[in-house]
Formats: sequence, structure tokens, C-alpha cells
Amino acid sequence: MLGFSLRSLWNRRFVAGLTVLAIALSVALILGVERLRDGARDSFANSASGIDLIVAPRGNSVQILMATVFGVGGIGTGMTWDSFKWLEDRPEVAWAVPVQMGDNHRGYPVIGTDSSYFEHFRHSGGQPLSLEAGTFLAEDGADAAVVGAEVAARFGYGPGTVIVNAHGSGEVSFDLHDDAPFTISGVLAPTGTAVDRMVLVTLEGFDSIHAQEEVPLADPLDPEAFSADGHEDNAAHEVHDDHATQSDHDSHDDHTAHDDHGSHGTNEAHDDASEDHSEHDDHETHGDHADAEAGHGHEPDRINAVYVGLIDRTNVLGLQRAVNERPSDALSAVLPAVALAELWGITGTAERAMRLMAWAVALAGMIGMVVMLSATLDTRRREFAILRSVGATPTRILALIVTEAAVLTAAGLILGLVLLTVATFVTDPVLSARFGLRLGLNVFGARELATLFIIFCAGLLASLIPAVRVYRMTLADGLSVRL
Amino acid sequence: MHPLRIENLSYRWPRAERRTLEIGTLTLAPGESLFLYGPSGCGKSTLLSAIAGVVDVPKGVIRLADQDLGALRGGARDRFRVDHIGMVFQVFNLIPWLSALENVLLPCTFSQRRRTRAGDDPARTARLLLDELGLSDPSLTSKQAHELSVGQQQRVAAARALIGKPDLILADEPTSALDEAAKATFVELLARECAEAGTALLFVSHDRGLERHFDRSVDFQDLNRSAA
Repeated sequence: MLGFSLRSLWNRRFVAGLTVLAIALSVALILGVERLRDGARDSFANSASGIDLIVAPRGNSVQILMATVFGVGGIGTGMTWDSFKWLEDRPEVAWAVPVQMGDNHRGYPVIGTDSSYFEHFRHSGGQPLSLEAGTFLAEDGADAAVVGAEVAARFGYGPGTVIVNAHGSGEVSFDLHDDAPFTISGVLAPTGTAVDRMVLVTLEGFDSIHAQEEVPLADPLDPEAFSADGHEDNAAHEVHDDHATQSDHDSHDDHTAHDDHGSHGTNEAHDDASEDHSEHDDHETHGDHADAEAGHGHEPDRINAVYVGLIDRTNVLGLQRAVNERPSDALSAVLPAVALAELWGITGTAERAMRLMAWAVALAGMIGMVVMLSATLDTRRREFAILRSVGATPTRILALIVTEAAVLTAAGLILGLVLLTVATFVTDPVLSARFGLRLGLNVFGARELATLFIIFCAGLLASLIPAVRVYRMTLADGLSVRL
Repeated sequence: MHPLRIENLSYRWPRAERRTLEIGTLTLAPGESLFLYGPSGCGKSTLLSAIAGVVDVPKGVIRLADQDLGALRGGARDRFRVDHIGMVFQVFNLIPWLSALENVLLPCTFSQRRRTRAGDDPARTARLLLDELGLSDPSLTSKQAHELSVGQQQRVAAARALIGKPDLILADEPTSALDEAAKATFVELLARECAEAGTALLFVSHDRGLERHFDRSVDFQDLNRSAA
């Protein structure tokens, strides 16, 4: 019977092939959507494992999570080093890792941090970071960089390679910090998380990128712009001061040029100047603070976020409240798990839509198969009559149609899996490079097998429509067909 | 044992006003060939359908190889048919996408009895039959059926009807699509093969020119009282 069905289908191989292709595409789509979703969730959950709390300037928790853990998007540099110290000194805090971001290396996010990052970061269910080659960031090497496995593999980097970073997060950037190169000290072993696509540098190194550049670009009317790029280095301070004075003059001129209330403009300028001054005072205070306390080699004025680990995780809500209520700095404390759940809440609609689409394609494939089987029925009536005359019962002819459908569906499933594997193989480098997503060529899970089984059964069920028609037809036609 | 024995068969198609068949007695002896002639539309095909068990007949009127056809139902009748009857139709006898040889072997795939009776190697028997029917060329027998000429197709159909030595062959105007020379050859070959195999042949045609190839001939209008 199977051989007979195969012969019969081979006779209609063009249409049969198209039908198989339609089913294959739907299978690949359904499984692909699921794998993408699972891959994304696993990868995200793995990247954030081990961090109990992320503290960052007040903002949306999903945005903070995306920016700090996955290097996607950005957040403001509004967190003072004071707040970091305060956080680090809290009794319930086991460790705190400062994080700076906003630069990229050939499209990969550059993270400024210190050696505690390597000590405390955990991924994929508690594994620490390990090195493939070289060493972690050392306290003294300001121009050292550790690159993720993906970055190293893509550009062929190894310890000793000198790299140059760029400002912003786009892949193409002309604003290269080529005056502040880094020397790679280590390459991380692959983790399958966002860390694979990160370039990790010291806080000092991260700051030094911006030492010479950003000041001339700063908005003269925005006092924040100066303090945001504060530096330890005295020369930088001098530059700051110069520019501050100059830009105050500029603003003064501007004001006088634009309106005739010269005195008012002058007052404003003075206000600005005094504000600037107070900011610098702050800064100096910070500097003293840094000198007083050891532990962090370089203390930037402001950072983007802090990864926090707790001694006792049950205290996490209390600490979160304390952070949120801290009066001197507007901060948010994000629980990675909660933020992830929130993120899945947002993407859930899109996921459902994708899944719905995938199943709609499967339905279209099934309809295509029913159409193909039904459309040929009329031309095959003679064939069925002949089969009956040589002893095939109507039930066997019904079975023949169902077998054909089973062969088509099974071929569709197999081809679909092949398509999916090929697609995974082709897109995996892109997905992992761009999104830190690793689908991998995993074996089939129980749910995937269940999905395949459902599609197969749907195919058989759908084939009953033409099969029952054939059954009735053969009974009515008898042995000779009068067309 | 009679391959075919009909007694008091009367048949009316569902929703038809009058009976199509009203047959007293019709009997075939083993190996006997009967030529049944009559004009188109007189009920010849209905009679063949009744014998083949495609239309429902009451019990006790048609006996095929000593089996009451009316006592068999549905699938059992289909299986019984292939075991005991070979059939040749007017046209379109073959599955177009199977080779000539595969078409001949079809009854053996559906009937254990026919397969057993076709000998140790049914494929060899099939080739022998095709050879005897004038299709000895291996390139012909491996050709797909739709590539054969009508005359060749009818001979393949005859070989298929003959394989596994059924008790009876029903031939429903198998020569109507053939030219005069081919007709005579075909009928002669069919009748000879049936005689050799000991298979009874019921040959239905409107063409009385073929009458001389058969043991006996009957005018359908004499046989069927309803047609009168």
C-alpha cells in the first residue's frame, strides 16, 4: 500500500512537491518561532542569573535591564559614585559591581567595570566567567580590555591585540576614540549569554576614552554636561575649568546678543557659573573620598548602574525600597526576574501573534494538501474504478488516500526539520552576534515532538475529507466510470 | 462446479421505472466461451455489473463458482470478485502511471488466490502471458501504461484478467476501440488463452462479426425478457 501510494504521488510529483514544501515551511516556522522564543528567554535568564538587584538612575525597569545586562539601548549616567559607596556599605549587600556603558567596539557594547565583575558575575545557572586566554582586568592596567568569546571569534582577537572603541551604540560610527586604544588582556570562554558580545574595560579606561573629546562637544548651557564627564586626572580638570569659563562667556555673549536685558543675562550666566563651581566642589569632595577609601582603583564621578548581590536574598525588597527612597539620588532598583517577567509580558503579544501566524501557515499547508488530494480525485476516478475491478475494496482506496496524505505530511515534517536546521545554522552567527541569542542545534524536546505529532495527526485528519469523498465515489461509480 | 449460474434474475436500478434485467437462466461451463450480443443500452452492462457484484442482487439468483453472490456483503464481495473474476473493459483499463507489467500483476497484489494460482513467480507468469498476447518486447512491458497504444493496452488488460487463472472473465465490449484487424486478433487471442487456462469467458459486444470465435452465442434480447 505504501509503495503504491509513493508511486501514485511520484506520478504527481510536482504538485506533491509543492504541497510538501508548504507543510515543511509551516513546520519550520512553528518550531522556529518556539525555538527563537525559548532561546531568547533562556539567553536572557542566563545572562541575568546571579544578580539580585540592578541599581540604576530612575527609569523603566525593562529598559534598565536591557541596557545593563544585555547592552541593548542605553540609560542615563545619573548615578553618583556616592550612591555606589552608600550601596556597597549597606549591611545586606554582599557585593556591588559598578558598570559604565554607552560606547561600542565595532557594534559590540563596551562596558566599563572593575575586577569585581569577574568575581561576581554568574551565568547559565551559577557558572562564573572563565578565561579562554589571557588575564582578567587588573587594577593597574587602565588600557586593558577583556573581550567576550563572540567578539574575539568574529574579529580574531587575542591577548595583545590593540582595539579602538567608538562612542554610541551603532555598528557604524565615525566618532572613533582612536586616541584612547585598549590592549586586550583576556578573552572570555563562551557563555551563550550577552557577555559573549561585550568588551569589558576598566572604569578608568572607560573614562579616559572621553577625557579629551567630550568637553568641546558639551552644551555650554547645561551644567550637567561637565560633571557627567568628570575625571580624576588634573589636566582634565584644567580643561574643564577653561571650558567652563569660556562657555560662560559664550553664554553671556549669547544672552546679550539675543535680548537687551543685559543685566539679567549676566545674572543667569553668573548663576550658571556658580552652579558649575558647586558641582566641581562636589567633585573634589568625591576625589577626597576616593583617596580616603581604598578598594576601587579608579573612581568615576558618575556611573550607569550597579549590579548588586545580597548576603540574604530575602532582604531584596527592603533594599529595593531603601534605594527607591534615597533622597540624594533618583535611583531605581530592578529585580532582574521581575523585569524579565515584565519584558515577556510586553513581548507576549508579539509572540502570540507570531505563533498564531505560524499555525495559520500550517493550516494553509493542510488546506493546500486537501486541495491537492481533492482536485485530483475527479481525474483519478478511473484509477479507483480499475483498482476496485482488480479487488481493492473502497476501504482500501480510502486508506490509499490517507496513506498519501501521511506520506505528504511526513515528508513535510522531515523537510521542515531540515529547513529549520539549515536556517538555524545560517542565522545562528547573526543572531548570536546581534542579539546574543544562541539557538543551537539542540535535540528535539518533548514539546517539539508533540507539535510534530499534532501536525501529523492534523494531516491525517484533513485527508479524511477527500478520502471519504473517494469512498462514496467508488461505491457509486462501481467498476466502470462514465465520465 | 459452474463458473456462472444465473436463475430468475430481475433487477431494477434505484428510482428506475421499469426493470432493466429480467433473466430466466444463464449458465456457463468451465472453460466455455459465450458471446452475448445486443444493441447498446439494452442492459448488457447492467448484467455484467450484477455478475461482478457491483450492484446489489437478492440472494439465490447469481452463483459464481458455486458461491451465492447475494449472500456476500460489501468488502467480501470485492475480495470474492478478484479471486474468481477477471475483467476487461471497453477503454481505460490500466493505471496510467504503472508499467504494463505492474498492471498485469495488480490482481496478485489484492488476491491471495490469484497470486497462488499465478505460480511461483507471478512476474514471470505475467511476462509469459504478455508474450502470448504478442507483447514480448521488454521495452514495451516496462513502459508506463499511458505510453502504449490502445490495442496494446487492451492486450495488457487481457493479460491482467487472465493472470492467476480466475474462473470467469467478463469482457465488456473490449474491442470497440480497436480497428477491424486488431479486433479479430484480440478476440482470437483472448478466447484461446481462456480455453488454455480453463477460464470461462463471457464476452459482451454489439458486433456480431466476432461471433465465430466463441463456443456459443446468445442474443441478449432473447435472454432478457424485460427488454422485449
